[in-house]
Amino acid sequence: MLSELLQHPTLDSLLWRGDARPSAMRPGVASGFPELDAELPGGGWPVGSLSEILPATAGIGELRLLMPALAQLTKQGLTIAWIAPPHQPYAPALAAAGIDLARVLIVRCSRTQDALWATEQALRARACGAVLAWLQPLRFSAARRLQLAAQEGSALALLFRPPEAAAEASPAPLRLKIASCVGVPSIDIFKRRGRPAAGPLRLPSLAIRHALDRSPPASPVPRPARQHDHA
Amino acid sequence: MLRRQRAGLKAMGEIVAIAVAPTPTAAAWLARAGVEKHIAPSRLESALARLPVALLEEDAKAIEALGNIGVRTIGELIALPRAGMARRFGQRLSDELDKALGIRPDPRPWYQTPASFSSRIELPTAVDASEQLLFAARRLVLQLCGYLAGRSAGVARFTFELLHEGGEPSHCVVGLVAPAADAEHFMRLSRERLQRIVLPRPVIGMALAAEAIEPLPKLSSSLFPDGVPGGMQSAGEWQKLVEQLRARLGKEAVSGLALCAEHRPEYASLGIEPGTAANPVAQFGARPLWLLAQPLALQEKQGLPHYRGALELIKGPERIESGWWDGGDVKRDYFHARNPDGALLWIYRERQLDGRWQLHGLFA
Repeated sequence: MLSELLQHPTLDSLLWRGDARPSAMRPGVASGFPELDAELPGGGWPVGSLSEILPATAGIGELRLLMPALAQLTKQGLTIAWIAPPHQPYAPALAAAGIDLARVLIVRCSRTQDALWATEQALRARACGAVLAWLQPLRFSAARRLQLAAQEGSALALLFRPPEAAAEASPAPLRLKIASCVGVPSIDIFKRRGRPAAGPLRLPSLAIRHALDRSPPASPVPRPARQHDHA
Repeated sequence: MLRRQRAGLKAMGEIVAIAVAPTPTAAAWLARAGVEKHIAPSRLESALARLPVALLEEDAKAIEALGNIGVRTIGELIALPRAGMARRFGQRLSDELDKALGIRPDPRPWYQTPASFSSRIELPTAVDASEQLLFAARRLVLQLCGYLAGRSAGVARFTFELLHEGGEPSHCVVGLVAPAADAEHFMRLSRERLQRIVLPRPVIGMALAAEAIEPLPKLSSSLFPDGVPGGMQSAGEWQKLVEQLRARLGKEAVSGLALCAEHRPEYASLGIEPGTAANPVAQFGARPLWLLAQPLALQEKQGLPHYRGALELIKGPERIESGWWDGGDVKRDYFHARNPDGALLWIYRERQLDGRWQLHGLFA
C-alpha cells in the first residue's frame, strides 16, 4: 500500500527517499562514461555545485575523465576556465580530445588568495561552462564561498585536491577519488547526494589502450569488496 | 525623466537648477532665477512677469537704463510699447522677449560632443589611501559613460591621472578586451586597479581621460535570443570576465591556448590572447594533457628510468628530430611509461648528450 502510494508520480517528485538518487535536481552534464553517469546524482557532472576530484597521483586519468564533458561544453560555445593549473594544459592533446581551443581560458595565479578570487569570479560568470581549479591549501570557509558562487552560476565547478584532502570536511556535495588498480582507473565516489555509492567503480574505458599494453584486458572484472573508508 | 537627470547630474558632481517651460529662453531665465518649476504654456506670461530684468542676456548698461525708467521685472518690460522699446534699447531685447514668450521661433544648434573625453576633479582633502579614491573615480566614470552614451560609442582603454601636491602625476590605465560603455563594469575594473596601486604621496585631484573612442556595435540586432546557450549573449560576459581577471592579476596571467603545427612538443602549444584560437588541422601522435614547463630529469636505476618507482615502458619510441635550423635542436625518443602508482607518463631519452631520461608530460 505504502509503496504504491510512494510511486504516485506527483509524490515521487516531492519526496526525498533515502534509498534513491534524488531525481528532481538539475540534470548534470553527461560525463561520456555511461557507468559513471549512472552513479552521479543528476546523471552527469553536477552543474551549479562544487565537485572535488582527488587523484591518488598526478597523471592517473584525472583530466581524461573530464574530456568528453568539457568537449561537449566548448561545442556549445561555453568557456572552460583553468585556474592555477599545476602544469601546462597541452593544446595538441586537448584538440585531439575534441575541445574547441578558442574556448580555453588559462589563469595563472601565484598566490592561493588570487586563485580563490579568480575561481569565484569565473564561477559567477555566465560565460563559463566549467571551472577547473587547483587550490591548495583550501580552508572549509573558502570552499563554502566557492560552493555559494557555484550555486549562482551554472558551470561545472571542479576542484582538484591531493588525496590527503579526503580526510578533511568539505562543503562540496560530490567528492570522488581516482586510483589505479592494475592499470585500470577506478573511481571512488565517497560523498554524493542521496544514497552512498556501493563501492569504487572501475572504468576500463578511461584507460589509454596501447599496442604494447600488458595490463589486463577490459573484460568485466568483479568489483572489489568495499573497504571502509567512510570518514 | 527630470528626476533621473537630476540624480545623474548630482552623481557627476554638478550643482543644478532645472526649470521646464514652453520656450528655451523662458526655461533658462527661470532656472537662473532659481524657480525650479514646471510651467504650463497658459501660465507662461504670469510666471515670467515676476522675474527681475537682470536675468536678460543684455549688458549691464541696458539693464541699468531699464531700471532708470522704472522697469524692474519682466512683467513691466512686457507692458512697454514694443516699437518704442526696440528703438530705445535695440531690436535684440525685443527679440529675446518674443522668443521667451514664444512669439518668435527660437532655433538652437544641436549639442556636439567633443572628440575625446577628459575630465578632472579636485578632491576636497588630500587622500592617501587608494580606497578613498573610488568615490571620485565613480564620478569620473559616470561622466565618461554619459559622454559615451551621447555618442553611442565605447572605449577599450581609459586612464586615471592622480594629481599629487608638488610632484609628477601618477597614472593608472584600465584596459578592456573590446570597447564598452558600461559604468558598473568600468567601476569594477577601476576598483581592482585603484586598490592595488601604491600612492607615492597624497592625492589632491583626479582626472580621467579616454582618447580612442570607438563606435559600439549595435546591441540586440536579432529579435530572438540566440538558441545556443552562450552564443552572442555570453560573448560579452566572457570579455567582462577576462577584463576583470586581468585587472587584478595582470595581463599575462590570463591567456588562451592555441595549437601550432610544430614537431617539437614544447612549441606545439602556445599561450595566446584569449578567444583568438582557430582550430587547426595539425596531426600529432598521442599527446599528454599536461606538459611540464621544464622537462624533469629522471633517475636511472638498472637501466630503467625511475619516477616514484621504476617505470614500465608501454609504448614507443616515437622519434622526434627537429629544429636544427633555429638552434633549438631536438633529437629525442619519446615513450609512454607507467609508474607503480598507475600514473601514465610521457618521457623521452635524449639522443644527443648522455642519453638521460626526462619526464615531459602526464597523461592526466
